[in-house]
Amino acid sequence: MEALLSLFVRSIFIENMALAYFLGMCTFLAISKKIQAALGLGIAVIVVLTITVPLNNLIYNYLLADGALAWAGLPDMDLSFLGLLSYIGVIAASVQILEMFLDKFVPALYNALGVFLPLITVNCAILGASLFMVERDYTFAESVVFGAGSGVGWALAIVVLAGIREKMKYSDVPDGLQGLGITFIIVGLMSLGFMSFGGIDI
Amino acid sequence: MDSVKETLTTPIFKNNPIALQILGICSALAVTSSLKVTLVMCVALTFVCAFSNLSVSVIRNHIPGSIRIIVQMVIIASLVIVVDEVLKAYAYTISKQLSVFVGLIITNCIVMGRAEAFAMKNPPVASFVDGIGNGLGYSVVLIAVAVVRELFGAGMLLGYEILPLVTDGGWYVPNGLMLLPPSAFFLIGLFIWGLRSFQKEQVEEPDFHLAKHTPVREGV
Repeated sequence: MEALLSLFVRSIFIENMALAYFLGMCTFLAISKKIQAALGLGIAVIVVLTITVPLNNLIYNYLLADGALAWAGLPDMDLSFLGLLSYIGVIAASVQILEMFLDKFVPALYNALGVFLPLITVNCAILGASLFMVERDYTFAESVVFGAGSGVGWALAIVVLAGIREKMKYSDVPDGLQGLGITFIIVGLMSLGFMSFGGIDI
Repeated sequence: MDSVKETLTTPIFKNNPIALQILGICSALAVTSSLKVTLVMCVALTFVCAFSNLSVSVIRNHIPGSIRIIVQMVIIASLVIVVDEVLKAYAYTISKQLSVFVGLIITNCIVMGRAEAFAMKNPPVASFVDGIGNGLGYSVVLIAVAVVRELFGAGMLLGYEILPLVTDGGWYVPNGLMLLPPSAFFLIGLFIWGLRSFQKEQVEEPDFHLAKHTPVREGV
């Protein structure tokens, strides 16, 4: 239990998807001008990560890994080279299903997230989390915690950045730095700030 | 012939995918702490971008509009698997250092973006050249960042010592910050500043002219 809690904290603060691994940067920079939009996207990312990482964990451990097909009588089969293709397929499919599900049963949430859901398929943070999960050999329980934790971390980072940028628009920024340039510098400073969590160990 | 040259060179400075279109930044920052790894990443991305553009363009008239994203994704994912397997076979240590970032070429917006915006509308040869051009535009920024980070962070380039370190009896005290994530953000920010000082038309309008009460439309 303690190990899981520690993993959760680590994936939010220390190994923050956006600020330490630069994942999901494109949407991170594009959709961070307003807090409200950033919050919507952040929640969508948390939901999708919590679903897809454990799902990909099951697929990897029971279908793709070396010897994983032993239950089907094929102990020598190693399909791990199909990993990339399957993960992205799973992600695209679950985003699609989630979208239909929300549309039918929770229309309010669907309207709030509507635009962001399809964007998430091509968000590197989602695929990145699945790849990290495979590379670090997480168990099923760990993958649930890791998925949720990195989602929360990413959402936290984008909401904070949006907050800073909302204030920033009244500042007098040099011409060439206007917009994208200054955003990079802010994110750099945020990343520096998050590095101070590095010593936390539960 | 001029148009081919133009397709090749515009993405490098005039319409740089990273500096202007904010595409493909995810992987751009993470792999740049060492020049060698960066070069491999650039070659991999240029290869995937060029060939995915070529393949998408060849079959562009046969792809039904409603499933085109899936088709493009499958083509790109297959190319990335090829690159990944080749790297594992011939450059195992580098492929370990790149870790998940080879796989993340799939979701690199440059590759998807060019397949969707250019290859779906243009003949194969032009698309191929456009893929190479965008790959090079990405590489220019990456290599510039990687040179600065490795030179000042470790005093080396491609593993050869350029600035002799204090620890080895030289005079240069390495700047450890250069090897950490934040420096990549600062360097790209400054790179954009430099580029836009030369190309004035790329400068963005300040936000507060536009700050009326408009509905949130950013994600559209």
